[in-house]
Amino acid sequence: MARTDNSSGLAVGSNLEKVLRAGHFAVTGELGPPTSADRSVVEEKARYFRGTVDAINVTDNQTAVVRMSSISVATVLLQLGLEPVVQMTARDRNRIAIQSDLLGAAALGVKNLLCLTGDYMTFGNHPTAKGVFDMDSLQMLSMVRDMREKGVVQSGDEMDVPPRFFIGAAANPFAPPYEFRPHRLAKKVKAGADFIQTQIVYNVDRFAEYMERAGDLGLLDDVFVLAGVTPIKSVGAARYMAGQVPGLEVPDEIVQRMVDSGAGIPEEDKAARRDARRNEGISICVEIIQRVREIPGVAGVHIMAIEWEEAVPTIVERAGLLPRPSV
Amino acid sequence: MSSGSWVQNHPRPLEWLYHLAESIFLRLDPLFRRIGYDRVERLVSPAEDLFKKVIFDCHVCGQCVLHYTGMTCPMSCPKNLRNGPCGGVRADGHCEVKPEEWCVWYRAWERSRKMPRYGDEIFDLQPMHDWWHEETSAWVNMLREEHGEIQR
Repeated sequence: MARTDNSSGLAVGSNLEKVLRAGHFAVTGELGPPTSADRSVVEEKARYFRGTVDAINVTDNQTAVVRMSSISVATVLLQLGLEPVVQMTARDRNRIAIQSDLLGAAALGVKNLLCLTGDYMTFGNHPTAKGVFDMDSLQMLSMVRDMREKGVVQSGDEMDVPPRFFIGAAANPFAPPYEFRPHRLAKKVKAGADFIQTQIVYNVDRFAEYMERAGDLGLLDDVFVLAGVTPIKSVGAARYMAGQVPGLEVPDEIVQRMVDSGAGIPEEDKAARRDARRNEGISICVEIIQRVREIPGVAGVHIMAIEWEEAVPTIVERAGLLPRPSV
Repeated sequence: MSSGSWVQNHPRPLEWLYHLAESIFLRLDPLFRRIGYDRVERLVSPAEDLFKKVIFDCHVCGQCVLHYTGMTCPMSCPKNLRNGPCGGVRADGHCEVKPEEWCVWYRAWERSRKMPRYGDEIFDLQPMHDWWHEETSAWVNMLREEHGEIQR
């Protein structure tokens, strides 16, 4: 857990940190920035998060597709009175650029940061780009922690006003080598992670087992774990996630539920079929939230409604997570 | 990629060899200092390169961490990850970027479990890499580190 240096017991005092430390079950959302310079897209999506989540992740060129930068979108959210979690990847910037951007983000009022290695360039729209990978996500965690706790940049040079972030990391319990995954979580906690947002949970049993191992390693008192969830929009999306996305595990019964959700609705009534699929996708998501909530050590959920941000209010409401606490 | 190599899949002799080489280098350090590390490097590098390239598909990063990483070179990972696998490892243990190849860390973990002496060092945090010392001898750099001439 974050070493704290003030009487409040908070490392940073972001809304997300306060909600978690007060023992509330936290809810974070995720906003995918536009692939253009259109600010109104951000404002439009932001509406769905007001009063429904405690903080909003802003992705950093996710899947290596060029989008509006995470820190600028986070700044728009701050202007709208919402709390962002800036995602920062090691794919596009070296240690000089990352630290420089983080000094700026802190000056703009950003208080939460998620440190990631980043998706590989070949998955995006610039596959011939040079990958930077000057550091990995763990090394980024220690660098950011040292900036906050020791007031130094990575070279060791001191600074007057260090950036102070509530520091997050990702974790994936659903990719091999499975036995190593809880140890990798331990490394991330040791490197400086205050909170964790996991890969999307569809296999709740495997996730519960992972959390148990994390508990055995004594990690759950040291870090807040937010389980990742994503509502499935269509049968196609279910099949795609089940078959095409490395590191994601979608059990057959979930795909089958999506298929069955159209049963009894005539083929020609496309709108009704679509709505039935979406409703079932949200139901599955709500059920998963309720199941992960029962797992010891789960401090909240991270809802990644990818290009379906408008589903967030319904999910949060149906999962019984409203109203959000004010701390 | 060398991740399929038989020698690496039986890492105990490699572990022993590493331990032996480390103690020899540390013992010869006073002599090497007198000769000068740069000169020693010119002698050591060709043999080190050849051995490590044949066995480990070495990328000559200059900061060898093989005994921390199950005798598997992490610089073969497309993302150069030195602290463990990314979240994209395929269900069959292959790399998400190069599906035809094993994930370096999948093999590293398996092999580390067969290494009684250094296996648990896979749990250690590896600091940020020093790219300036790429293409130099990791053995000589280990001695430079001992004397604080290289920061880790």
